[in-house]
Amino acid sequence: MSDNVLLAHGSGGKLSHDLIEKKLLPPLANPMLNRLDDSAIFEFSGHLAFTTDSYVVNPIFFPGGDIGKLAICGTVNDLSMNGAKPLYLSLSLILEEGFSLSELDRIVGSIKAAAEEAEVRIVTGDTKVVNQGQADKLFINTSGIGAIPLGIDISGANARAGNKIILSGTIGDHGIAVMCQREGLKFSTPVQSDCAPLNKLVSQMLKSSPRIHCLRDPTRGGLATVLNEFTQQSNVGIVLEEDKIPMKESVKAACELLGFDPLYLANEGKLVAIAEPGDAGKILAEMQQNIYGRDAAIIGEVSNAHPGRVIMKTKLGPSRVVDMLSGELLPRIC
Amino acid sequence: MKLIDEYQNSALARKLAIRIANRSAKPIRLMEFCGGHTHAIMRYGIRQLLPETVEMRAGPGCPVCVTATADLDKAIAMAHLAGVIITTFGDMMRVPGSHSSLQQTRAEGADIRVIYSAMDAVEIARSNPQKSVILIGIGFETTAPTIAASTIKAQKEGIENFYVLSLLKLSPPVMKAILELGEVRLDGIICPGHVSVIIGSYPYEFIPKNHNVGCVISGFEPLDILLCIDRLVEQIESGQPKVEIAYRRGVKPEGNEKALELMGEVFEIAQANWRGIGVVPQSGLRVSQKYEHFDADNLFRLNLKPTGEPKGCRCGEILRGIATPPECGLFGKVCTPEKPIGPCMVSSEGACAAYYKYGGISYE
Repeated sequence: MSDNVLLAHGSGGKLSHDLIEKKLLPPLANPMLNRLDDSAIFEFSGHLAFTTDSYVVNPIFFPGGDIGKLAICGTVNDLSMNGAKPLYLSLSLILEEGFSLSELDRIVGSIKAAAEEAEVRIVTGDTKVVNQGQADKLFINTSGIGAIPLGIDISGANARAGNKIILSGTIGDHGIAVMCQREGLKFSTPVQSDCAPLNKLVSQMLKSSPRIHCLRDPTRGGLATVLNEFTQQSNVGIVLEEDKIPMKESVKAACELLGFDPLYLANEGKLVAIAEPGDAGKILAEMQQNIYGRDAAIIGEVSNAHPGRVIMKTKLGPSRVVDMLSGELLPRIC
Repeated sequence: MKLIDEYQNSALARKLAIRIANRSAKPIRLMEFCGGHTHAIMRYGIRQLLPETVEMRAGPGCPVCVTATADLDKAIAMAHLAGVIITTFGDMMRVPGSHSSLQQTRAEGADIRVIYSAMDAVEIARSNPQKSVILIGIGFETTAPTIAASTIKAQKEGIENFYVLSLLKLSPPVMKAILELGEVRLDGIICPGHVSVIIGSYPYEFIPKNHNVGCVISGFEPLDILLCIDRLVEQIESGQPKVEIAYRRGVKPEGNEKALELMGEVFEIAQANWRGIGVVPQSGLRVSQKYEHFDADNLFRLNLKPTGEPKGCRCGEILRGIATPPECGLFGKVCTPEKPIGPCMVSSEGACAAYYKYGGISYE
């Protein structure tokens, strides 16, 4: 095989087969994928969740992850945010002619590792190659199917006054990690992306209290956007406390330097949960047992006042509006 | 790293706020020159900590906002020229010109690239030798040295397809213009922190001397700003306006000699056209004769259509401190960050964007 992706790798001919059989199948093998039929076939019963997402992050390698890990974690997390247990994923690769095959190996390796950690199987897939300049190295699409256990009702429309808002950890890590990598900015403590599969954290949380009302992962648009979505879907207000929001010192410093508001920065391994005040303590304690929920904190409360608005008590005491992100903060972060 | 937390300490902030309230007797109006200060004031809710006697007004310190429509139109016209790559800081993309914006022009096929540093433009020029790469040089004394350094680099490395469209502006001359216009009574000015890192504190001396208005240079953390307001209130109440530095960790009275040298090497002082204010003498920087082969103005002759300002937009008055964003009839209704009519709603340093994003209302 040559060292780089050729247009012929997407021709459907021998090189295409080589690419699949030598590069993709061995690391990702499982009985359903190994059949190599046009579609994967599986039995199901009960409630299913189905989601899809495309990944175009630039650069494709960043501290704490790469586009492959992101493509698995992103879709696993989207399923998890409805309380579904992620089961099967599809994997579509759009490769730019000339892309390095050894980099592809690294990325497929991360896909394998992330899928193993999340205990999901890749059961179908596709590869396409486009001319140089028509894609940027590698784009990935993943879709996923998950099973929703009985009695789970999670939706952005379920928040009620008095409910507590729980955040699973520090915000802004992914956005800053990608930005620093892209722009060649170096800090003495480099910021790592938080990219991680959250399905096990969610299942632990649901075990401790099945009455979680809302769950969402604050990816593009950040924490501010997710909370604003909740206020609109549930027609409630939210009051946040700035000094309760966990943040790494290095992210804080980078935000000050670059002029970013961390509330709008992307995260790839965090979730926001809204639950009854009586359950919040239990859920929080359970989250803190999980590696991806160690720094979890209750950051605010749902209120009947100012429906549709997120208000934050600033560190200095006064309050201000936290609006939706408008415009583009950072392009191509996921 | 703890530095930031210390400048956001809420107990100290309360103490300062109480000291300001106790000391402030007569109603005063302070202008925060810099858009970065407007944003910090809104973001931390600092106005809610101030007594009713202290009124804050945003000033013209937002580079994107003060870029004249005619200059933006010129940049857009350059983008349409064959073989040209325009490089610009991101905020400029969405500012509406008379007929279009850079964003719209890019969507129509022009090669316009967003950069984070002026050096990026030199690199783009290096890797596209067959194209003319124009850097839209906006900013104040803070960005001017970096654009100067890029130009010197291009000179040293023989990169001949790099050009600067200098729309650079100087802070003290426009302060002078606003004070001389006399449209708004000001008692004190919160002077820009980053600009003063470069120019120092001496260039403001004429303000207390000739206009009897106090000047305090401030950093951008909430405690910096409160300390600065505290100093201004003290000056006003004691009737002793002067120039003070409340940002000692960044600013020396003499400024940064090396940066000033770079600026002086590449640029010379010239008149500049300010959106909403007009042509102000000695308030801008143009490429000096020594570097004229890098001056985009000399190389690209354009036929420009007459400019037009959007109807009802009061950005000009907001930049002069005469009006506040909520006093504009378009604010938050027709003009929002998603569909901005004027530049003050576009830029991350624009006053309208700050008022819109953080809300002017207390939700206690």
